[in-house]
Amino acid sequence: MFIRINAIALNTFREAIRHRILYLLLVFAVAMISFAQILSLLTVGSEEKIIKDFGLASIDVFGVLTAVFIGIGLVSREIERRTVYTLLAKPIHRFEFVLGKYTGLALTLLVNTCVMTAWFFLILLIKGMFDLRLVVAVLLLFFQFLLITALAVLFSCLSTPILASVMTLALYVIGHLLWSLDLLAKRLPTETGKVLCRVLYYLLPNLGNFDIKGEIVHGLAIAPGRILWATVYLLVYGCAILWTACAVFERKELQ
Amino acid sequence: MAVLDLLDIHKSYRSHLSIRKYWILRGLSLSIREGEIFGYIGTNGAGKTTTIKLALGLIFPDQGSVRLFGEDSSKVELRRRVGFLPENPYLYDYLTGEEFLDFHARLFGLDRATRRKRVKDLLERVGLGNRGDRQLRHYSKGMLQRIGLAQALINDPELVVLDEPMSGLDPIGRREVRDIILDLKARGRTVFFSTHILSDTETICDRVGLLVKGALKAVGTIDELVSRDVPYWEVALQGVVNGNLPCGRIVSRREDRVLVRVDSQGDLHRLLSVLNGHGARLVSVTPARQSLEDLFIREARAASPRPARIDEGHVHQN
Repeated sequence: MFIRINAIALNTFREAIRHRILYLLLVFAVAMISFAQILSLLTVGSEEKIIKDFGLASIDVFGVLTAVFIGIGLVSREIERRTVYTLLAKPIHRFEFVLGKYTGLALTLLVNTCVMTAWFFLILLIKGMFDLRLVVAVLLLFFQFLLITALAVLFSCLSTPILASVMTLALYVIGHLLWSLDLLAKRLPTETGKVLCRVLYYLLPNLGNFDIKGEIVHGLAIAPGRILWATVYLLVYGCAILWTACAVFERKELQ
Repeated sequence: MAVLDLLDIHKSYRSHLSIRKYWILRGLSLSIREGEIFGYIGTNGAGKTTTIKLALGLIFPDQGSVRLFGEDSSKVELRRRVGFLPENPYLYDYLTGEEFLDFHARLFGLDRATRRKRVKDLLERVGLGNRGDRQLRHYSKGMLQRIGLAQALINDPELVVLDEPMSGLDPIGRREVRDIILDLKARGRTVFFSTHILSDTETICDRVGLLVKGALKAVGTIDELVSRDVPYWEVALQGVVNGNLPCGRIVSRREDRVLVRVDSQGDLHRLLSVLNGHGARLVSVTPARQSLEDLFIREARAASPRPARIDEGHVHQN
Protein backbone atom coordinates (compact mmCIF):
# COMPACT_ATOMS: atom_id res chain seq x y z
CA MET A 1 0.00 0.00 0.00
CA PHE A 2 2.67 2.52 1.03
CA ILE A 3 4.77 1.72 -2.04
CA ARG A 4 1.88 2.67 -4.30
CA ILE A 5 0.90 5.80 -2.34
CA ASN A 6 4.56 6.80 -2.34
CA ALA A 7 4.87 6.28 -6.11
CA ILE A 8 1.75 8.38 -6.81
CA ALA A 9 2.88 11.05 -4.32
CA LEU A 10 6.31 11.35 -5.94
CA ASN A 11 4.74 11.57 -9.38
CA THR A 12 2.36 14.27 -8.15
CA PHE A 13 5.27 16.17 -6.64
CA ARG A 14 7.15 15.85 -9.92
CA GLU A 15 4.10 17.14 -11.80
CA ALA A 16 3.73 20.09 -9.42
CA ILE A 17 7.36 21.19 -9.60
CA ARG A 18 7.17 21.11 -13.39
CA HIS A 19 4.11 23.34 -13.24
CA ARG A 20 4.82 26.94 -14.26
CA ILE A 21 2.13 28.33 -11.99
CA LEU A 22 4.05 27.13 -8.93
CA TYR A 23 7.05 29.26 -9.85
CA LEU A 24 4.83 32.20 -10.73
CA LEU A 25 3.20 32.06 -7.31
CA LEU A 26 6.58 31.66 -5.60
CA VAL A 27 8.01 34.69 -7.39
CA PHE A 28 4.96 36.74 -6.40
CA ALA A 29 5.20 35.57 -2.80
CA VAL A 30 8.90 36.46 -2.57
CA ALA A 31 8.17 39.83 -4.19
CA MET A 32 5.35 40.54 -1.73
CA ILE A 33 7.49 39.60 1.28
CA SER A 34 10.19 41.96 0.00
CA PHE A 35 7.61 44.68 -0.66
CA ALA A 36 6.81 44.74 3.07
CA GLN A 37 10.09 46.62 3.64
CA ILE A 38 9.00 49.45 1.34
CA LEU A 39 5.56 49.49 2.89
CA SER A 40 7.07 49.78 6.37
CA LEU A 41 8.72 53.05 5.35
CA LEU A 42 5.28 54.64 5.10
CA THR A 43 4.58 54.09 8.79
CA VAL A 44 6.38 55.54 11.74
CA GLY A 45 7.59 53.31 14.54
CA SER A 46 5.88 50.11 13.46
CA GLU A 47 8.29 48.87 10.78
CA GLU A 48 8.76 45.52 12.51
CA LYS A 49 5.03 44.91 12.82
CA ILE A 50 4.40 45.73 9.17
CA ILE A 51 7.20 43.48 7.90
CA LYS A 52 6.13 40.54 10.07
CA ASP A 53 2.43 40.98 9.38
CA PHE A 54 2.84 41.42 5.65
CA GLY A 55 5.34 38.57 5.42
CA LEU A 56 3.10 36.10 7.23
CA ALA A 57 0.05 37.24 5.24
CA SER A 58 1.97 36.72 1.97
CA ILE A 59 2.99 33.19 2.97
CA ASP A 60 -0.63 32.53 3.97
CA VAL A 61 -2.24 33.80 0.75
CA PHE A 62 0.26 32.31 -1.70
CA GLY A 63 0.33 28.99 0.11
CA VAL A 64 -3.46 28.79 -0.12
CA LEU A 65 -3.40 29.79 -3.79
CA THR A 66 -0.85 27.04 -4.48
CA ALA A 67 -3.00 24.51 -2.63
CA VAL A 68 -6.06 25.55 -4.62
CA PHE A 69 -4.67 26.03 -8.12
CA ILE A 70 -2.43 22.98 -8.15
CA GLY A 71 -4.50 20.91 -5.73
CA ILE A 72 -7.76 21.20 -7.64
CA GLY A 73 -6.19 19.64 -10.69
CA LEU A 74 -5.11 16.65 -8.62
CA VAL A 75 -8.07 14.43 -9.22
CA SER A 76 -10.36 16.28 -11.63
CA ARG A 77 -7.69 16.84 -14.27
CA GLU A 78 -6.70 13.20 -14.03
CA ILE A 79 -10.32 12.23 -14.79
CA GLU A 80 -10.76 14.92 -17.42
CA ARG A 81 -7.59 13.91 -19.26
CA ARG A 82 -8.27 10.23 -18.60
CA THR A 83 -4.77 9.65 -17.18
CA VAL A 84 -6.51 8.04 -14.22
CA TYR A 85 -7.66 5.11 -16.38
CA THR A 86 -4.19 3.67 -16.75
CA LEU A 87 -3.61 4.03 -13.01
CA LEU A 88 -6.83 2.55 -11.69
CA ALA A 89 -6.64 -0.38 -14.09
CA LYS A 90 -3.58 -1.37 -12.05
CA PRO A 91 -3.66 -2.98 -8.60
CA ILE A 92 -4.35 0.33 -6.88
CA HIS A 93 -7.16 0.96 -4.43
CA ARG A 94 -8.95 4.18 -5.14
CA PHE A 95 -8.22 5.49 -1.67
CA GLU A 96 -4.50 4.93 -2.36
CA PHE A 97 -4.83 7.14 -5.43
CA VAL A 98 -6.52 9.93 -3.42
CA LEU A 99 -4.02 9.68 -0.55
CA GLY A 100 -1.09 9.55 -2.98
CA LYS A 101 -2.28 12.69 -4.70
CA TYR A 102 -2.81 14.41 -1.35
CA THR A 103 0.63 13.44 -0.05
CA GLY A 104 2.27 14.65 -3.26
CA LEU A 105 0.69 18.06 -2.92
CA ALA A 106 1.48 18.24 0.79
CA LEU A 107 5.13 17.64 -0.14
CA THR A 108 4.95 20.39 -2.76
CA LEU A 109 3.46 22.78 -0.23
CA LEU A 110 6.14 21.89 2.28
CA VAL A 111 8.88 22.81 -0.20
CA ASN A 112 6.94 25.92 -1.24
CA THR A 113 6.45 27.06 2.35
CA CYS A 114 10.12 26.40 3.15
CA VAL A 115 11.26 28.60 0.25
CA MET A 116 8.90 31.45 1.21
CA THR A 117 9.82 31.15 4.89
CA ALA A 118 13.55 31.06 4.17
CA TRP A 119 13.29 34.34 2.26
CA PHE A 120 11.10 35.89 4.98
CA PHE A 121 13.46 34.86 7.77
CA LEU A 122 16.48 36.04 5.83
CA ILE A 123 14.99 39.53 5.60
CA LEU A 124 14.15 39.49 9.32
CA LEU A 125 17.64 38.24 10.26
CA ILE A 126 19.28 41.01 8.21
CA LYS A 127 17.07 43.56 9.90
CA GLY A 128 17.62 41.99 13.32
CA MET A 129 13.90 41.39 13.83
CA PHE A 130 13.86 37.60 13.92
CA ASP A 131 11.60 36.05 16.55
CA LEU A 132 11.62 32.30 17.20
CA ARG A 133 7.85 32.34 17.67
CA LEU A 134 7.53 33.04 13.94
CA VAL A 135 8.50 29.41 13.32
CA VAL A 136 5.36 28.39 15.21
CA ALA A 137 3.25 30.84 13.19
CA VAL A 138 4.55 29.41 9.91
CA LEU A 139 4.04 25.86 11.16
CA LEU A 140 0.39 26.64 11.89
CA LEU A 141 0.04 28.23 8.46
CA PHE A 142 1.38 25.00 6.98
CA PHE A 143 -1.22 23.07 9.00
CA GLN A 144 -3.84 25.32 7.44
CA PHE A 145 -2.49 24.55 3.94
CA LEU A 146 -2.82 20.84 4.69
CA LEU A 147 -6.46 21.33 5.62
CA ILE A 148 -7.18 23.48 2.55
CA THR A 149 -5.53 20.82 0.37
CA ALA A 150 -7.79 18.15 1.85
CA LEU A 151 -10.80 20.32 1.00
CA ALA A 152 -9.46 20.90 -2.52
CA VAL A 153 -9.09 17.14 -3.01
CA LEU A 154 -12.63 16.53 -1.74
CA PHE A 155 -14.15 19.15 -4.03
CA SER A 156 -12.15 17.98 -7.03
CA CYS A 157 -13.57 14.48 -6.43
CA LEU A 158 -17.06 15.94 -6.42
CA SER A 159 -17.08 18.53 -9.12
CA THR A 160 -15.46 20.36 -12.03
CA PRO A 161 -12.10 22.15 -11.54
CA ILE A 162 -13.58 25.67 -11.71
CA LEU A 163 -16.39 24.94 -9.28
CA ALA A 164 -13.99 23.13 -6.97
CA SER A 165 -11.62 26.16 -6.97
CA VAL A 166 -14.47 28.54 -6.15
CA MET A 167 -15.78 26.32 -3.35
CA THR A 168 -12.33 25.85 -1.80
CA LEU A 169 -11.53 29.57 -1.90
CA ALA A 170 -14.97 30.35 -0.49
CA LEU A 171 -14.37 27.96 2.42
CA TYR A 172 -10.97 29.60 3.03
CA VAL A 173 -12.67 32.98 3.39
CA ILE A 174 -15.55 31.57 5.46
CA GLY A 175 -13.10 29.62 7.61
CA HIS A 176 -11.38 32.86 8.64
CA LEU A 177 -14.67 34.61 9.40
CA LEU A 178 -16.21 31.80 11.38
CA TRP A 179 -15.98 33.80 14.61
CA SER A 180 -18.77 35.98 13.19
CA LEU A 181 -21.05 32.94 12.97
CA ASP A 182 -20.39 32.31 16.67
CA LEU A 183 -21.22 35.93 17.41
CA LEU A 184 -24.37 35.72 15.29
CA ALA A 185 -25.52 32.62 17.22
CA LYS A 186 -25.27 34.60 20.46
CA ARG A 187 -27.26 37.53 19.10
CA LEU A 188 -29.98 35.71 17.18
CA PRO A 189 -33.35 35.82 18.98
CA THR A 190 -34.75 32.51 17.67
CA GLU A 191 -33.65 29.14 18.96
CA THR A 192 -33.72 27.56 15.46
CA GLY A 193 -31.39 30.23 14.14
CA LYS A 194 -29.02 29.72 17.05
CA VAL A 195 -28.91 25.95 16.49
CA LEU A 196 -28.35 26.40 12.76
CA CYS A 197 -25.49 28.82 13.37
CA ARG A 198 -23.97 26.45 15.94
CA VAL A 199 -24.18 23.47 13.57
CA LEU A 200 -22.54 25.44 10.79
CA TYR A 201 -19.92 26.77 13.17
CA TYR A 202 -18.81 23.25 14.07
CA LEU A 203 -19.26 21.81 10.59
CA LEU A 204 -17.31 24.42 8.61
CA PRO A 205 -13.50 24.51 8.89
CA ASN A 206 -12.39 26.94 11.56
CA LEU A 207 -9.20 28.31 10.09
CA GLY A 208 -8.91 30.78 12.93
CA ASN A 209 -7.38 27.89 14.88
CA PHE A 210 -4.26 28.20 12.73
CA ASP A 211 -3.97 31.99 12.84
CA ILE A 212 -1.64 33.41 15.47
CA LYS A 213 -0.42 36.33 13.36
CA GLY A 214 -1.99 38.85 15.73
CA GLU A 215 -0.22 37.45 18.78
CA ILE A 216 3.14 37.27 17.01
CA VAL A 217 3.01 40.70 15.41
CA HIS A 218 1.86 42.47 18.56
CA GLY A 219 4.15 40.48 20.81
CA LEU A 220 1.25 38.96 22.79
CA ALA A 221 1.43 35.65 24.60
CA ILE A 222 0.16 32.58 22.78
CA ALA A 223 -2.52 30.84 24.80
CA PRO A 224 -1.31 27.57 26.31
CA GLY A 225 -2.55 24.53 24.43
CA ARG A 226 -3.20 26.57 21.27
CA ILE A 227 -0.71 24.63 19.19
CA LEU A 228 -1.86 21.31 20.57
CA TRP A 229 -5.48 22.19 19.80
CA ALA A 230 -4.55 23.27 16.23
CA THR A 231 -2.72 19.95 15.72
CA VAL A 232 -5.64 17.89 17.03
CA TYR A 233 -8.09 19.94 14.95
CA LEU A 234 -6.01 19.37 11.80
CA LEU A 235 -5.78 15.63 12.45
CA VAL A 236 -9.48 15.13 13.20
CA TYR A 237 -10.96 17.53 10.64
CA GLY A 238 -8.36 16.75 7.95
CA CYS A 239 -8.82 12.97 8.33
CA ALA A 240 -12.61 13.36 8.17
CA ILE A 241 -12.35 15.36 4.95
CA LEU A 242 -9.90 12.92 3.38
CA TRP A 243 -12.02 9.96 4.43
CA THR A 244 -15.04 11.61 2.76
CA ALA A 245 -12.98 12.29 -0.39
CA CYS A 246 -11.89 8.62 -0.51
CA ALA A 247 -15.49 7.44 0.02
CA VAL A 248 -16.77 9.72 -2.76
CA PHE A 249 -14.04 8.62 -5.16
CA GLU A 250 -14.55 4.94 -4.32
CA ARG A 251 -17.89 4.86 -6.14
CA LYS A 252 -17.17 7.55 -8.71
CA GLU A 253 -17.96 6.56 -12.30
CA LEU A 254 -14.96 7.39 -14.44
CA GLN A 255 -16.78 8.38 -17.62
CA MET B 1 -10.96 -21.51 -18.91
CA ALA B 2 -12.50 -18.03 -19.15
CA VAL B 3 -10.13 -15.21 -18.26
CA LEU B 4 -12.85 -12.57 -18.36
CA ASP B 5 -16.56 -13.19 -17.95
CA LEU B 6 -19.26 -10.58 -18.32
CA LEU B 7 -22.64 -11.92 -17.28
CA ASP B 8 -25.89 -10.21 -18.22
CA ILE B 9 -24.48 -6.72 -17.95
CA HIS B 10 -26.84 -3.75 -18.08
CA LYS B 11 -25.43 -0.27 -18.01
CA SER B 12 -27.17 3.07 -18.35
CA TYR B 13 -26.26 6.68 -17.79
CA ARG B 14 -28.06 9.90 -17.18
CA SER B 15 -27.00 13.16 -18.74
CA HIS B 16 -26.70 16.16 -16.43
CA LEU B 17 -30.01 17.56 -15.17
CA SER B 18 -31.92 14.74 -16.86
CA ILE B 19 -33.93 12.01 -15.23
CA ARG B 20 -34.09 10.02 -18.43
CA LYS B 21 -31.89 6.95 -18.59
CA TYR B 22 -29.89 6.14 -21.71
CA TRP B 23 -29.02 2.49 -22.06
CA ILE B 24 -25.51 1.73 -23.22
CA LEU B 25 -25.46 -2.02 -22.65
CA ARG B 26 -28.48 -4.27 -22.45
CA GLY B 27 -27.92 -7.77 -21.17
CA LEU B 28 -24.39 -8.21 -22.47
CA SER B 29 -22.82 -11.60 -21.81
CA LEU B 30 -19.34 -12.26 -23.08
CA SER B 31 -16.57 -14.66 -22.23
CA ILE B 32 -12.90 -14.27 -23.16
CA ARG B 33 -10.98 -17.54 -23.16
CA GLU B 34 -7.43 -18.06 -21.98
CA GLY B 35 -4.77 -17.65 -24.66
CA GLU B 36 -6.99 -16.22 -27.38
CA ILE B 37 -6.98 -12.97 -29.29
CA PHE B 38 -10.48 -11.58 -29.10
CA GLY B 39 -11.49 -8.73 -31.38
CA TYR B 40 -14.32 -6.57 -30.15
CA ILE B 41 -15.89 -4.66 -33.02
CA GLY B 42 -18.86 -2.35 -33.21
CA THR B 43 -20.15 0.96 -34.43
CA ASN B 44 -19.30 4.25 -32.74
CA GLY B 45 -21.20 4.51 -29.48
CA ALA B 46 -22.07 0.81 -29.49
CA GLY B 47 -20.65 0.39 -25.98
CA LYS B 48 -17.20 -1.10 -26.61
CA THR B 49 -15.31 1.30 -24.34
CA THR B 50 -18.05 0.99 -21.71
CA THR B 51 -17.61 -2.80 -21.76
CA ILE B 52 -13.88 -2.42 -21.27
CA LYS B 53 -14.28 0.09 -18.42
CA LEU B 54 -16.74 -2.28 -16.73
CA ALA B 55 -14.33 -5.17 -17.11
CA LEU B 56 -11.62 -3.16 -15.37
CA GLY B 57 -13.81 -1.73 -12.60
CA LEU B 58 -13.53 1.88 -13.81
CA ILE B 59 -17.32 2.05 -13.90
CA PHE B 60 -19.93 -0.19 -12.32
CA PRO B 61 -22.80 -2.14 -13.91
CA ASP B 62 -26.45 -1.38 -13.09
CA GLN B 63 -27.03 -5.13 -13.21
CA GLY B 64 -24.96 -8.22 -13.92
CA SER B 65 -21.51 -9.33 -12.83
CA VAL B 66 -17.94 -9.20 -14.07
CA ARG B 67 -15.49 -11.99 -13.27
CA LEU B 68 -11.75 -11.83 -13.82
CA PHE B 69 -9.81 -15.11 -13.73
CA GLY B 70 -12.88 -16.74 -12.22
CA GLU B 71 -13.13 -14.26 -9.32
CA ASP B 72 -15.17 -11.14 -8.62
CA SER B 73 -13.49 -8.37 -10.62
CA SER B 74 -13.78 -5.87 -7.75
CA LYS B 75 -10.75 -7.54 -6.14
CA VAL B 76 -8.02 -5.02 -6.82
CA GLU B 77 -5.24 -7.60 -6.58
CA LEU B 78 -6.56 -9.33 -9.72
CA ARG B 79 -5.44 -6.34 -11.75
CA ARG B 80 -1.88 -7.35 -11.07
CA ARG B 81 -2.48 -9.85 -13.89
CA VAL B 82 -4.03 -7.32 -16.29
CA GLY B 83 -2.60 -4.72 -18.65
CA PHE B 84 -4.69 -1.93 -20.13
CA LEU B 85 -4.29 0.65 -22.87
CA PRO B 86 -7.14 3.18 -23.01
CA GLU B 87 -8.42 4.74 -26.21
CA ASN B 88 -6.47 7.85 -27.30
CA PRO B 89 -4.43 7.77 -24.11
CA TYR B 90 -3.61 11.11 -22.50
CA LEU B 91 -0.49 10.37 -20.59
CA TYR B 92 1.58 12.41 -18.14
CA ASP B 93 3.18 14.64 -20.72
CA TYR B 94 5.64 16.18 -18.24
CA LEU B 95 7.39 12.82 -17.86
CA THR B 96 9.94 11.34 -20.22
CA GLY B 97 9.19 7.94 -21.76
CA GLU B 98 11.55 6.25 -19.28
CA GLU B 99 10.12 8.08 -16.25
CA PHE B 100 6.59 7.24 -17.38
CA LEU B 101 7.28 3.51 -17.62
CA ASP B 102 9.32 3.53 -14.41
CA PHE B 103 6.40 5.17 -12.57
CA HIS B 104 4.01 2.46 -13.73
CA ALA B 105 6.50 -0.25 -12.85
CA ARG B 106 6.76 1.19 -9.31
CA LEU B 107 3.02 0.71 -8.87
CA PHE B 108 3.63 -3.03 -9.12
CA GLY B 109 6.32 -2.82 -6.47
CA LEU B 110 9.12 -3.89 -8.82
CA ASP B 111 12.67 -3.33 -7.57
CA ARG B 112 14.99 -0.85 -9.24
CA ALA B 113 17.02 -3.40 -11.26
CA THR B 114 13.90 -5.14 -12.61
CA ARG B 115 12.31 -1.81 -13.43
CA ARG B 116 15.35 -0.59 -15.32
CA LYS B 117 15.58 -3.79 -17.36
CA ARG B 118 11.88 -3.95 -18.11
CA VAL B 119 11.68 -0.29 -19.14
CA LYS B 120 14.62 -0.72 -21.51
CA ASP B 121 13.21 -3.93 -23.02
CA LEU B 122 9.74 -2.47 -23.51
CA LEU B 123 11.01 0.72 -25.11
CA GLU B 124 12.90 -1.44 -27.60
CA ARG B 125 9.87 -3.68 -28.12
CA VAL B 126 7.57 -0.80 -29.06
CA GLY B 127 10.17 0.86 -31.25
CA LEU B 128 11.03 3.76 -28.93
CA GLY B 129 14.47 2.54 -27.89
CA ASN B 130 16.19 5.85 -28.61
CA ARG B 131 13.33 8.16 -27.59
CA GLY B 132 13.00 7.20 -23.93
CA ASP B 133 14.66 10.38 -22.68
CA ARG B 134 12.20 12.72 -24.38
CA GLN B 135 9.19 14.20 -22.59
CA LEU B 136 5.87 12.72 -23.72
CA ARG B 137 4.68 16.20 -24.74
CA HIS B 138 7.15 15.96 -27.62
CA TYR B 139 5.85 12.55 -28.78
CA SER B 140 3.73 12.14 -31.90
CA LYS B 141 0.32 10.46 -31.66
CA GLY B 142 1.75 7.18 -32.87
CA MET B 143 4.58 7.35 -30.32
CA LEU B 144 2.09 8.02 -27.52
CA GLN B 145 0.12 4.98 -28.59
CA ARG B 146 3.29 2.89 -28.42
CA ILE B 147 4.39 4.15 -25.02
CA GLY B 148 0.82 3.57 -23.83
CA LEU B 149 1.08 0.01 -25.07
CA ALA B 150 4.40 -0.36 -23.27
CA GLN B 151 2.88 0.69 -19.93
CA ALA B 152 0.12 -1.88 -20.48
CA LEU B 153 2.79 -4.57 -20.70
CA ILE B 154 5.00 -3.36 -17.82
CA ASN B 155 3.75 -6.10 -15.46
CA ASP B 156 3.96 -8.86 -18.08
CA PRO B 157 0.18 -9.35 -17.77
CA GLU B 158 -1.78 -12.52 -18.47
CA LEU B 159 -4.69 -10.53 -19.91
CA VAL B 160 -4.03 -7.50 -22.10
CA VAL B 161 -7.00 -5.21 -22.74
CA LEU B 162 -6.51 -2.69 -25.53
CA ASP B 163 -9.06 -0.07 -26.46
CA GLU B 164 -8.60 0.89 -30.13
CA PRO B 165 -4.87 0.12 -30.16
CA MET B 166 -4.53 0.79 -33.90
CA SER B 167 -6.19 4.21 -33.80
CA GLY B 168 -3.97 7.03 -34.99
CA LEU B 169 -1.26 4.74 -36.27
CA ASP B 170 0.20 4.72 -39.76
CA PRO B 171 0.35 1.39 -41.64
CA ILE B 172 3.81 0.62 -40.24
CA GLY B 173 2.68 1.37 -36.69
CA ARG B 174 -0.40 -0.77 -37.18
CA ARG B 175 1.72 -3.61 -38.41
CA GLU B 176 3.98 -3.29 -35.36
CA VAL B 177 1.04 -3.32 -32.95
CA ARG B 178 -0.37 -6.32 -34.78
CA ASP B 179 2.96 -8.10 -34.39
CA ILE B 180 3.06 -7.28 -30.67
CA ILE B 181 -0.44 -8.73 -30.25
CA LEU B 182 0.56 -11.90 -32.10
CA ASP B 183 3.73 -12.11 -30.02
CA LEU B 184 1.65 -11.87 -26.83
CA LYS B 185 -0.48 -14.77 -28.01
CA ALA B 186 2.65 -16.76 -28.83
CA ARG B 187 3.74 -16.21 -25.20
CA GLY B 188 0.43 -17.64 -24.01
CA ARG B 189 -1.17 -14.32 -23.11
CA THR B 190 -4.81 -13.39 -23.72
CA VAL B 191 -5.57 -10.26 -25.71
CA PHE B 192 -8.94 -8.52 -25.73
CA PHE B 193 -9.03 -5.50 -27.99
CA SER B 194 -11.63 -3.23 -29.52
CA THR B 195 -11.15 -1.86 -33.00
CA HIS B 196 -12.70 -0.39 -36.09
CA ILE B 197 -10.11 -1.86 -38.38
CA LEU B 198 -11.81 -5.00 -39.61
CA SER B 199 -9.05 -6.27 -41.87
CA ASP B 200 -6.72 -6.58 -38.86
CA THR B 201 -9.45 -8.28 -36.89
CA GLU B 202 -9.96 -10.84 -39.61
CA THR B 203 -6.24 -11.48 -39.86
CA ILE B 204 -5.21 -11.91 -36.24
CA CYS B 205 -8.25 -12.70 -34.11
CA ASP B 206 -9.17 -16.16 -32.91
CA ARG B 207 -12.66 -14.95 -32.11
CA VAL B 208 -14.66 -11.82 -32.75
CA GLY B 209 -17.60 -10.19 -30.99
CA LEU B 210 -19.83 -7.74 -32.82
CA LEU B 211 -21.55 -5.17 -30.64
CA VAL B 212 -24.36 -3.06 -32.05
CA LYS B 213 -26.27 -0.56 -29.92
CA GLY B 214 -25.31 -2.21 -26.66
CA ALA B 215 -26.21 -5.75 -27.70
CA LEU B 216 -23.86 -8.49 -28.78
CA LYS B 217 -25.11 -9.39 -32.25
CA ALA B 218 -22.57 -12.06 -33.09
CA VAL B 219 -19.68 -13.82 -31.43
CA GLY B 220 -17.46 -16.61 -32.71
CA THR B 221 -14.55 -17.44 -34.97
CA ILE B 222 -14.33 -15.71 -38.33
CA ASP B 223 -15.38 -18.96 -40.01
CA GLU B 224 -18.40 -19.23 -37.76
CA LEU B 225 -19.46 -15.66 -38.38
CA VAL B 226 -18.71 -15.25 -42.04
CA SER B 227 -20.07 -17.77 -44.50
CA ARG B 228 -17.41 -19.36 -46.69
CA ASP B 229 -20.01 -20.11 -49.39
CA VAL B 230 -19.51 -18.31 -52.68
CA PRO B 231 -22.78 -16.65 -53.74
CA TYR B 232 -21.37 -15.53 -57.13
CA TRP B 233 -18.21 -15.16 -59.18
CA GLU B 234 -16.87 -12.14 -61.02
CA VAL B 235 -15.21 -13.02 -64.34
CA ALA B 236 -13.04 -10.43 -66.07
CA LEU B 237 -12.75 -10.96 -69.83
CA GLN B 238 -10.82 -9.16 -72.53
CA GLY B 239 -11.56 -8.93 -76.25
CA VAL B 240 -15.26 -9.77 -76.11
CA VAL B 241 -16.51 -8.94 -79.61
CA ASN B 242 -19.93 -10.44 -79.35
CA GLY B 243 -21.74 -9.19 -76.26
CA ASN B 244 -24.23 -12.08 -76.16
CA LEU B 245 -22.66 -14.37 -73.61
CA PRO B 246 -24.42 -17.68 -72.92
CA CYS B 247 -24.81 -16.89 -69.25
CA GLY B 248 -23.95 -14.31 -66.65
CA ARG B 249 -24.61 -10.60 -66.54
CA ILE B 250 -22.23 -7.91 -67.70
CA VAL B 251 -21.84 -5.52 -64.75
CA SER B 252 -19.29 -3.18 -66.29
CA ARG B 253 -17.61 -2.57 -69.64
CA ARG B 254 -14.45 -0.61 -70.34
CA GLU B 255 -13.17 -0.57 -73.93
CA ASP B 256 -12.86 -4.27 -74.84
CA ARG B 257 -12.78 -5.43 -71.23
CA VAL B 258 -15.92 -6.62 -69.46
CA LEU B 259 -16.75 -7.78 -65.96
CA VAL B 260 -19.33 -10.54 -65.87
CA ARG B 261 -21.21 -11.73 -62.82
CA VAL B 262 -22.03 -15.46 -62.77
CA ASP B 263 -24.34 -16.83 -60.09
CA SER B 264 -23.62 -20.58 -60.14
CA GLN B 265 -20.68 -22.90 -60.59
CA GLY B 266 -22.41 -24.57 -63.57
CA ASP B 267 -22.79 -21.23 -65.32
CA LEU B 268 -19.16 -20.45 -64.61
CA HIS B 269 -18.00 -23.66 -66.32
CA ARG B 270 -20.33 -22.99 -69.25
CA LEU B 271 -19.02 -19.45 -69.67
CA LEU B 272 -15.39 -20.52 -69.53
CA SER B 273 -15.96 -23.30 -72.10
CA VAL B 274 -17.39 -20.95 -74.75
CA LEU B 275 -14.87 -18.13 -74.42
CA ASN B 276 -12.93 -18.99 -77.58
CA GLY B 277 -16.12 -18.82 -79.67
CA HIS B 278 -16.55 -15.21 -78.59
CA GLY B 279 -12.92 -14.33 -79.24
CA ALA B 280 -12.46 -13.49 -75.57
CA ARG B 281 -9.51 -14.00 -73.27
CA LEU B 282 -9.90 -14.81 -69.57
CA VAL B 283 -8.27 -12.20 -67.29
CA SER B 284 -9.46 -13.32 -63.85
CA VAL B 285 -12.10 -15.26 -61.92
CA THR B 286 -12.85 -13.90 -58.46
CA PRO B 287 -15.14 -15.77 -56.07
CA ALA B 288 -17.18 -13.28 -54.04
CA ARG B 289 -17.03 -14.19 -50.36
CA GLN B 290 -18.72 -12.54 -47.49
CA SER B 291 -16.32 -10.54 -45.37
CA LEU B 292 -16.44 -9.39 -41.77
CA GLU B 293 -17.15 -5.95 -43.14
CA ASP B 294 -20.29 -7.26 -44.87
CA LEU B 295 -21.47 -8.76 -41.61
CA PHE B 296 -20.62 -5.56 -39.73
CA ILE B 297 -22.49 -3.33 -42.16
CA ARG B 298 -25.47 -5.67 -42.37
CA GLU B 299 -25.90 -5.87 -38.59
CA ALA B 300 -25.29 -2.15 -38.11
CA ARG B 301 -27.86 -1.25 -40.75
CA ALA B 302 -30.37 -3.73 -39.42
CA ALA B 303 -30.10 -2.07 -36.02
CA SER B 304 -30.60 1.44 -37.37
CA PRO B 305 -32.55 1.44 -40.65
CA ARG B 306 -32.10 4.63 -42.59
CA PRO B 307 -34.64 6.19 -44.95
CA ALA B 308 -34.46 5.28 -48.61
CA ARG B 309 -31.77 7.14 -50.48
CA ILE B 310 -31.35 7.82 -54.15
CA ASP B 311 -28.20 6.30 -55.58
CA GLU B 312 -27.25 6.29 -59.26
CA GLY B 313 -30.80 6.62 -60.40
CA HIS B 314 -32.06 3.66 -58.34
CA VAL B 315 -33.84 3.72 -55.06
CA HIS B 316 -32.29 1.40 -52.46
CA GLN B 317 -33.71 0.54 -49.12
CA ASN B 318 -30.83 0.32 -46.66
